[in-house]
Amino acid sequence: MSRTLITGALLTALVLAAALLSYVWTPADPEAMTIADRLQPPNAAHWLGTDHFGRDILTLLMIGARTSIAVALVAVGIGIALGVPLGLAAAARHSSLLDEVISRGNDLVFAFPSLVIAILITAILGPGALNAILAIGIFNIPVFARLTRGAALGLWSREFILAARVAGKGRARISAEHILPNIANLLIVQGTIQFSLGILAEAGLSYVGLGAQPPTPSWGRMLAEAQTMVALAPHVAIIPGLAIVFTVLGLNLLGDGLRDTLDPRLKVQRL
Amino acid sequence: MTSSDTAHSSRGRGGQRPPHGSERASDPTTLLRARDLKVTIADHPVIHGISFDIAPGEILALTGESGSGKSMTALAVMGLLPDRANATGSLTIGDGENLLALPEKKLCTLRGREMGMIFQEPMTALNPVQTIGRQVSETIRIHTAVPAREAEIRAAEMLARVGLPPDRFPLSRYPHELSGGQRQRVGIAMAIALRPRLLIADEPTTALDVTTQAQILDLLKSLVAEEGMSLLMITHDLAVVSDMADRIAVMNKGEIVEEAPAAQLFREMRHPYTRTLFEASQHRADLPPEQPRTEPLLKVEGARRAYALPRTRPFTARPTFEALKGVDLTLHRGERLGLVGESGCGKSTLTRAILGLEPLQGGTITAFGQQVSPDMPAATRAGLQVVFQDPYGSFNPRHRVRRLIAEPLHLLSDPPQGRARDEAVAEALTAVGLSPDDADRHIHAFSGGQRQRIAIARALILRPEVILFDEAVSALDVRVRAQILDLIADLSRDYGLAWLFISHDLTVVRSITDRVLVMQEGRIVEEGPTAQILDAPTHAYTRKLVAAAPRLPEIGKIST
Repeated sequence: MSRTLITGALLTALVLAAALLSYVWTPADPEAMTIADRLQPPNAAHWLGTDHFGRDILTLLMIGARTSIAVALVAVGIGIALGVPLGLAAAARHSSLLDEVISRGNDLVFAFPSLVIAILITAILGPGALNAILAIGIFNIPVFARLTRGAALGLWSREFILAARVAGKGRARISAEHILPNIANLLIVQGTIQFSLGILAEAGLSYVGLGAQPPTPSWGRMLAEAQTMVALAPHVAIIPGLAIVFTVLGLNLLGDGLRDTLDPRLKVQRL
Repeated sequence: MTSSDTAHSSRGRGGQRPPHGSERASDPTTLLRARDLKVTIADHPVIHGISFDIAPGEILALTGESGSGKSMTALAVMGLLPDRANATGSLTIGDGENLLALPEKKLCTLRGREMGMIFQEPMTALNPVQTIGRQVSETIRIHTAVPAREAEIRAAEMLARVGLPPDRFPLSRYPHELSGGQRQRVGIAMAIALRPRLLIADEPTTALDVTTQAQILDLLKSLVAEEGMSLLMITHDLAVVSDMADRIAVMNKGEIVEEAPAAQLFREMRHPYTRTLFEASQHRADLPPEQPRTEPLLKVEGARRAYALPRTRPFTARPTFEALKGVDLTLHRGERLGLVGESGCGKSTLTRAILGLEPLQGGTITAFGQQVSPDMPAATRAGLQVVFQDPYGSFNPRHRVRRLIAEPLHLLSDPPQGRARDEAVAEALTAVGLSPDDADRHIHAFSGGQRQRIAIARALILRPEVILFDEAVSALDVRVRAQILDLIADLSRDYGLAWLFISHDLTVVRSITDRVLVMQEGRIVEEGPTAQILDAPTHAYTRKLVAAAPRLPEIGKIST
């Protein structure tokens, strides 16, 4: 077990635990506004202080984690559910019309800056967590499709795949039985990285007001609302900012650590 | 081997110098002197204290099977051992210091200048995005202060010296524009650019075709003879070094078991291991007598296969490459047919076409009276099975042996389940000399030879009438190869199996086939009984192949 993996797993687990805990317990009522207590620095009553409405920041962070994780997780799920089969199909029919269509389709989506298009999509469909998921999810599809296709192509020329073809197995069955298990490591690693990017994208969309709508707490909007008060109470902006940084850092470390642990080639080198 | 009294254990590169350094007076008869060289990797010993000398202008061949430590010895001399390796003992060049005690910076100045190394895989040993001129002149410029222009002139001289004259192979060529043999020549030019006193060649011809191999071996011999370099040649192939090396050292499990002048070694073979290796190298499988030909099982008629290459310019027609230009062959029931040819001749394309993995552009292939195509019926497919070359790549690493072997059962309309399936797997494993208990293990628990047995078990489980062996023993050590050839011969006896044995190795083909086809550039150029074709070839290409194949001397026939 590498230190990278342990650090990443701990950070990620902390965020997940906070999000889960918020379903049963939060330090305060997230919607309770006590204007008298507004912009308090961290203290015994409010461990991370209060915002401009006097809401408990720790509570908002915990519930905000729920939104971030849900949006990013479902978006990654969309990417895997649609991208992986597309990539497998393209690799199974290498250089065919299907492969060309899928690959050029990937290129087309990649050609647009993802966040700008996500903003466009949410602006057209209307703001909200669901549309944010959709917008981020669409950009995850080509990421997984391209990764899957590249890794699968390398496997298709291997002799054990030829052996399976000699055994009369069809391309779909070979993809499911032989290709997918052998690229699962890659997908898991890419999944954690896309997850962290999803959290960033969700924060970005909420920041411009196109993500989860009030009163649902969200890290991006906490940042946006705190912006005007940075000079008065910097902790209101710094705390959600740090939450985003540590979550993304944790997921990236987890991805790196998983890659090192799961990749048998790297394992041999470390023998 | 006895270890010399000069030997001294020093921990790693930063260790002490041998205490007797001063006694070791400059000895003009020894260039490289290894004394009690020990190498451990992660505290696991791989070389157990070997000693040897190489005289100036001498060729020492270090031979042995994979894992014997021969490559580690070469890497130790170059100071290129893996990070977790630790070498002790002494290695000196001329009257220099112990290489094992030198810091990396010192070693860098010695590499290339005092010792050059030629690697096995010419494609990966060259940088694909640099011209050959740059790569050769770089070696010169790293070690000497000559200006770029002069380094280039010397690079051109070196490339000419290794048979790449600048008028035909300008310095601006890239590695991908050269053939495998030409790339290996560039690798040699880099190694000799500064005229090092010691040249180390690690399996320099293993990745090359026989005709190219013969040319590269000639080049190495002439370099030693004309430039006075010493050569440490690492190879698994006794035949390659038999008429080239001055002395041969046989390694087994990290020890040199026998070392002698080449002729003497082949004459005396003091150590049983040397004898085993030698006998395995020219092993002849005990094939049951050839049966009279009856019905043809497999017929290839006028097979043509063309591949579309990438467009050279946009909007033009894609150029095509014809891998098969009208191939005919017939395999009869119980017949043992061989197919020889060099890389790129179309052997693999033919294999895939026969297995119905790729469509043909012309001609037909019929098996058991049925047309072979990518969508042929399962029953036809079940009669045609294959064993591939690479014992490591032919299995899904995530499945257990049971599932790997049972995979072809999928072709049966009513595949056996549960108990019956386990019995079929157990029977196939037993047929190839493994235990039924092996079914529950993962593939990485098996050695190369055992994996090749598992590959044969997978091919056998459907009791096919025809098996294609695609270079099936090429990746194996000689002793394992002999065992697998015996196993294949047994299959002919027990199952009346017919096979098409594809190989570049004439010795193997001679041992395991009755009839042989010679393939060149997508065509069959000669065919006939194996012994006749290999002993008295008529086609010019076959003659060239036979002449280039390295041959072991016959015991007792070596002049003293």
